[in-house]
Amino acid sequence: MGDETKKVINALRETGFFKPQTIYDSRKVIIGIIILFGVVGFTFFYNMGKASKAPEPELTTPDIQGLPEAERVCVEPREYMKANHMRLLNEWRDQVVRRGKRDYVGFTKKKYTMSLQNTCLECHSNYDEFCSRCHQYSGITPYCWSCHVNKPKEWAAGKFKE
Amino acid sequence: MDINRREFLKRVGASALVGLLGGWEAVEILAPGQVEASYLQKPNALTAKRWAMVVDMSKMDQQTVENCIAACHHIHNVPDINDPRREIKWIWLEEFENAFPGQYQEHVARRFEGKPFLVLCNHCDNPPCVRVCPTKATWKREDGIVMMDQHRCIGCRYCMAACPFGSRSFNWMDPRPFIKKGYPEYPTREKGVVEKCNFCTERLAKGLMPACVEISKGALMFSDLAEPESGVREVLREHYTIRRKSHLGTNPQVYYVV
Repeated sequence: MGDETKKVINALRETGFFKPQTIYDSRKVIIGIIILFGVVGFTFFYNMGKASKAPEPELTTPDIQGLPEAERVCVEPREYMKANHMRLLNEWRDQVVRRGKRDYVGFTKKKYTMSLQNTCLECHSNYDEFCSRCHQYSGITPYCWSCHVNKPKEWAAGKFKE
Repeated sequence: MDINRREFLKRVGASALVGLLGGWEAVEILAPGQVEASYLQKPNALTAKRWAMVVDMSKMDQQTVENCIAACHHIHNVPDINDPRREIKWIWLEEFENAFPGQYQEHVARRFEGKPFLVLCNHCDNPPCVRVCPTKATWKREDGIVMMDQHRCIGCRYCMAACPFGSRSFNWMDPRPFIKKGYPEYPTREKGVVEKCNFCTERLAKGLMPACVEISKGALMFSDLAEPESGVREVLREHYTIRRKSHLGTNPQVYYVV
């Protein structure tokens, strides 16, 4: 320690800086601190060890079951769709609306009509268990569904109102 | 470093070969159409250089008119809002004096009196709505159709102010509760976007005529104006036709045989 530092420490000692201090109203203050911790920590303690598992989207529907075994694939491989379906849908949107191209050649070389409401939902006819389940878990509200109807058949039959 | 002529030529030859192979690869990778090969037009799509419509008033009666409106509004999920300030319309009726204000005179031919004129977006060749749109949500396609991209519309309504035909409607509220019978193949719109007739782009892409044309029993005709032998051109050659407010210079592409 240099002389300068020693000087500062001595000066502090003279002001009583290192003497034990009394907390005024210590009872109230300590109780207050405990209550504060309790309130802030409540959500953490309450949910401790109860981490909700990431939901698995339901990948089979009667419509998919009805397909021949070889055709039970999406337009692109599953891993790609999992990570990039939103990008694919944006690309589809631009191609259809702005370029007038309506057919998409999938990775199996099969042709699909690019349509969220007609093509995607035709197989994945389970909006609640497929789209909504993950979006809800991850706190995402895609605005696809304010225009595109998520249950077109039920909607057309008048069976479902929002 | 000394090299003789023979060595030099060898190295130049080898470099040229490498460059050639690289160039060939680039050609392979960047071959035109290769990148977008997965997006195709439907093989049976109807295409034209300039789509245009003719409304033949001699074949138009009340029933046809109602059928046209009902068919269009059904397949496009157009809500039925019974309030003239908030209604949505793609195709509707106007009386002669309102549809053709410049051509109206006090003593008009009797055959126009009370005659319902079917009006819709004119898909102008010089569309003012497109000029004013700040987001390019509406634009003129290469085939002349003035198209609307609901994804991009911010609801500023400049296009509605610009359109002299009142062809555009604004969604003042969520349209879904006002759709009596939903059509599952077409989306709805949401609150805050503008919509209008799209000349049934989605049907043309599948090789079908616009819904109103199909149900009109010949009162409406739709074909390529740029094709001299097309039906529309034939009618324009044989009949006197008028257009709505053509003096404004928007060059509307819906012609009326009166």
